[in-house]
Amino acid sequence: MKIDSSLPLEYSTEENRLKIFGFWIFLGAEIVLFATLFTVYFTLQTRTGSGPNGAEIFELTPVLWETFLLLTSSFTIGLGVHAMRIGNKKAMMAFFIITLLLGLGFLGIEIDEFVTYVEEGATIQTSAFLSALMTLLGTHGLHVTFGFFWGVAILIQVASRGLNPQTANKAFIFSLYWHFLDVVWIFIFSFVYLKGLIS
Amino acid sequence: MKKKLSLMFVAFSALAILAGCEPLTVFDPKGPNAKTLSDTIILSIITMAFILLVVYVLLAFMLTKYRASKASADYEPPHEEGSHLLEIIWTVIPIIIVAFLAVVTVRTTSTVETTPEGYDNKEPLVIYASSSNWKWHFSYPEQGVETVNYVNIPTDRPIEFKLYSFGPITSFWIPQLAGQKYAMSDMLTTIHLAADEVGSFMGRNSNFNGRGFAEMEFEAQSMTQADFDDWVSKVKANEKPLTEEKFDELLKAEHVGRSSYSSTHLEFRPAPMEHSEHMKMGGMDHSDMDMSEKEMDHSKMDHGNHSDSEKNSEETHSH
Amino acid sequence: MSMEEVFHPMQEPMILAAAISIVVGAVVIVAGLTYFKKWGYFYKNWLSTVDHKKIGIMYIATALLMLMRGGIDALLMRAQTAVPDNGLLDAQHYNEIFTTHGLLMILFMAMPFVIGLMNIVIPLQIGARDVAFPRLNAVSFWLFAAGCGLLNLSFIIGGSPDAGWTAYFPLAGTEFSPTVGNNYYSLALQLSGIGTLMTGVNFIATIIKMRAPGMTLMKMPMFTWSILITNIIIVFAFPVLTVALALMMLDRQFGTQFFAMQNGGMDMLWANLFWVWGHPEVYIVILPAFGIFSEIIATFARKNLYGYKSMVMSMVVISLLSFLVWAHHFYTMGHGVMVNSVFSITTMAIAVPTGVKIFNWLLTMRHGKIQFTTPMLYALGFIPIFTIGGVTGVMLAMASADYQYHNTMFLVAHFHYVLIPGTVFGVLAGYHYWWPKMFGFRLNEKLGKAAFWFIAVCFNVTFFPLFILGLDGYARRMYTYSESTGYGPLNMLSFIGGIGLAVGFALIVYNIYYSWKHMPRNEKADVWDGRTLEWATHSPVPEYNFAVVPTVTRLDEYWFAKKEGRDITAGKIEKIHMPNNTGTPFWMSGFFFLAAFFAVFNLWVPAIISMIGVFGFMIHRSFEKDHGRYISVEEVMATEKSLRGDK
Repeated sequence: MKIDSSLPLEYSTEENRLKIFGFWIFLGAEIVLFATLFTVYFTLQTRTGSGPNGAEIFELTPVLWETFLLLTSSFTIGLGVHAMRIGNKKAMMAFFIITLLLGLGFLGIEIDEFVTYVEEGATIQTSAFLSALMTLLGTHGLHVTFGFFWGVAILIQVASRGLNPQTANKAFIFSLYWHFLDVVWIFIFSFVYLKGLIS
Repeated sequence: MKKKLSLMFVAFSALAILAGCEPLTVFDPKGPNAKTLSDTIILSIITMAFILLVVYVLLAFMLTKYRASKASADYEPPHEEGSHLLEIIWTVIPIIIVAFLAVVTVRTTSTVETTPEGYDNKEPLVIYASSSNWKWHFSYPEQGVETVNYVNIPTDRPIEFKLYSFGPITSFWIPQLAGQKYAMSDMLTTIHLAADEVGSFMGRNSNFNGRGFAEMEFEAQSMTQADFDDWVSKVKANEKPLTEEKFDELLKAEHVGRSSYSSTHLEFRPAPMEHSEHMKMGGMDHSDMDMSEKEMDHSKMDHGNHSDSEKNSEETHSH
Repeated sequence: MSMEEVFHPMQEPMILAAAISIVVGAVVIVAGLTYFKKWGYFYKNWLSTVDHKKIGIMYIATALLMLMRGGIDALLMRAQTAVPDNGLLDAQHYNEIFTTHGLLMILFMAMPFVIGLMNIVIPLQIGARDVAFPRLNAVSFWLFAAGCGLLNLSFIIGGSPDAGWTAYFPLAGTEFSPTVGNNYYSLALQLSGIGTLMTGVNFIATIIKMRAPGMTLMKMPMFTWSILITNIIIVFAFPVLTVALALMMLDRQFGTQFFAMQNGGMDMLWANLFWVWGHPEVYIVILPAFGIFSEIIATFARKNLYGYKSMVMSMVVISLLSFLVWAHHFYTMGHGVMVNSVFSITTMAIAVPTGVKIFNWLLTMRHGKIQFTTPMLYALGFIPIFTIGGVTGVMLAMASADYQYHNTMFLVAHFHYVLIPGTVFGVLAGYHYWWPKMFGFRLNEKLGKAAFWFIAVCFNVTFFPLFILGLDGYARRMYTYSESTGYGPLNMLSFIGGIGLAVGFALIVYNIYYSWKHMPRNEKADVWDGRTLEWATHSPVPEYNFAVVPTVTRLDEYWFAKKEGRDITAGKIEKIHMPNNTGTPFWMSGFFFLAAFFAVFNLWVPAIISMIGVFGFMIHRSFEKDHGRYISVEEVMATEKSLRGDK
């Protein structure tokens, strides 16, 4: 395996560069996936049937917390990648652990939000609007959940194998994924919650 | 290749012969809208035949002139990059053809989507056509009568069919009078047509909707205004009014024969809203929207009780 | 669900017969492998392979099998409608058959055939040793196979989907389709769709990043260009299908209201999502065929492709337009003159770049030296027949006229006139053309040409009458019609044509057996005097593809090198890095299959357990230390010598 030491570790081999490029294409597909879910949501958002509309069920406080946690986690994973680039394994791991904990906090609030909705009688079966809302939020939430376990697997590998072209590559690709979920959340925050609360 | 060309010739002549003895349904229009469509189709076939001819002549030329068996053994084909002039020609000419057809399309589409020419000074007769399982209901709010699986229309009046469905999407089609349009459960669509002459025409659902689809036909009969009035008064005099119970029974049935009633189901089961109204609703506040959604519940076939829509939704989930 | 319900479809004698033949076939394969002690070979060389060429062959084998399955469906449909009021099939059975015919032919025949050819050819054509992600490639194939198996299983257990391949709601909802058929639909398509999406990612990365030195984008062969564009369409279109199928599953199995008739659901939302994927899908199976024809016409006219740049441009334009035309599938839903006009114009606009391609192919042949080989016959048959499909497409694009064609046999005739000469002729041309590259011997030309003539002539006999029937008001998907309609004679003609088509396809299969028995082995590498890099390496291709990666300076480099007497594969042999085989994709997809199968029947506990199995394999993969292996210089030299020596 040819290792090009002029490049950061995660880009240092041909295979690594291919994987990062491939992952960007995959993110392109993910963008289409979420765009489709957003389109479905916008199409159905006024079709509330006999159920509540967005303004009736959305609460700003937990959503602001979710936003805060996820935005911060995006920042900390950025710090983690920076630490990785300067070869500081401990700092990198610490930042990744913080990121995952913030993600866990986000998920906790989101689960609580879903429970509240269901208690208020707003389930995924109530109306087309709620089906679309919960599918959009749920898909994002499942991505975060999957990301959590993925992140744990990478942390274990970094801990046991150290920073090498393979682990650095995985950690970097994971950070792309995590940033992507953050971007999706910003759209959800603006166009689902804020828009829903205003109207 | 010759075999295929001769085959096409046979096929085309078969088309011509068929057209000779009995015109194909689409080319045998009995109303202005179907006539517009028939003319549009014939125009497009002529245009396309010209394009086919160009391609076939070119292909035949290349295949006869440049086959290896005709070339000398040491013939070496030249390297050709392409020609800007030719490329411009075969881009611009198709663009002109497409532009021409686009104009035709826009004009004819707007023609058939409005009251037919020559009839626009008359008040249209509105008929609600709705489908359930594998049958059609026709409601005449103006006359206060309703029929199942047959529809009578007067010849000298423009007709507006308002379409919707109590189930899967269907497509309402009387090919000799007008093109088809979907009937859906949450939105009203409109077909404009008129019949030029007295006659009986095949009408059917053309959109697959399950087991009984093949048999989902109805008869559309056009008659003079006098005959039509006569028929209406007979229905009013001889047939029973359509009760909600009877209508529910009809909705549940799979296939039924023809029947007539001296009142319409629109009084207790209003039709859904038109597409344009839906669009307007999008921007309005939710209380109105709720109203419309509840109305849609009414048209739901197996939920007779619509006073409690929350209960309704629970019932649906237990499916 | 009771056992009786599960095995309900078996009560139909014809389904029982089909089920028995599937089971007997499986038993024969298993028994054969056991008897000849080939399980180890089979697992090591096929089930766990990551070699793009073997994966491609498996794709094509599956496609041929499904061509037979879908073809039998088609013959049954034609037989049922051959005479009025026929009782061969009942309505339910007919509905299941036309639904599975559409699904099998598009998703499990056309798609794998195209993907199979791209797997085999693309790395060779760009001078690469493998695809970018060989393991992901195996995952793609096995996910596709799992989806394919699941859909075929529906035939035996529980009942097939019966709401048309378009599965419009509310018809496809639980209220009107209460059987598990449409659960199979959503889950089987989901599995194979994810596999296809992964293929898209893989091949974009392969083509963008792994081309031979010197091969800039505008020096790529046309087939490679078509595959690059196809895969970009896949990556943008398939996520829409993923979402649509997920919503379908949620509606059917979790009681959501997306496409419901009450509580705000919107039935046409499904139709929109389906066709936002569905129309680009048409170009996903057509553009590769355009690429194949470009290669074959240039090869057998013995001339370079005319108007290379405009050929590339036209494909780019087609791919963009393919995303802007989906609403032409439902002009009749009443969305107004304005919307219909816009979609009419975008749709007709596709005719312009397509016409450019037709004329470029014709002009490629001018001043050429045309050889009528089997692949060339398919390419030449494509032009006149596909043009009929194209011009009727323009006719259908006119919204007003479509009010009379929609849902009729005219439409059915049109898309068969596009997909059969386009996709089917394309993949068959490619299959005959690249067969020697795959196996080292040719398919018999006489049998191949006989099959072509059967297919080309009988295709027209089968489908041309449908144009006329459509104009006579014959709606599609009717399981029968009455004698008074007068549709009988043309339907009978169409059935006779269908039998001829079946004979043609049987000849193609027989040709495999015949050629395997009788055709001379050890063909030279460059059987057709080709122009592109795949012909520069041996037939069959060694696992590392090229001992020395060739350097490219221009389009058709290999052709010019031959003329100048240069050997572009000469150079210093170095050790070659190759990925290891792995069983993980196979087993992971197996668990995916189980999870989906249990989910079809709402058996959530075993489904979740199977999904844990899937994640187990993902974790295993993540922790695995596998950096591939090296083939030593000596081994490469020995292989090269033996391959060259036999020539």
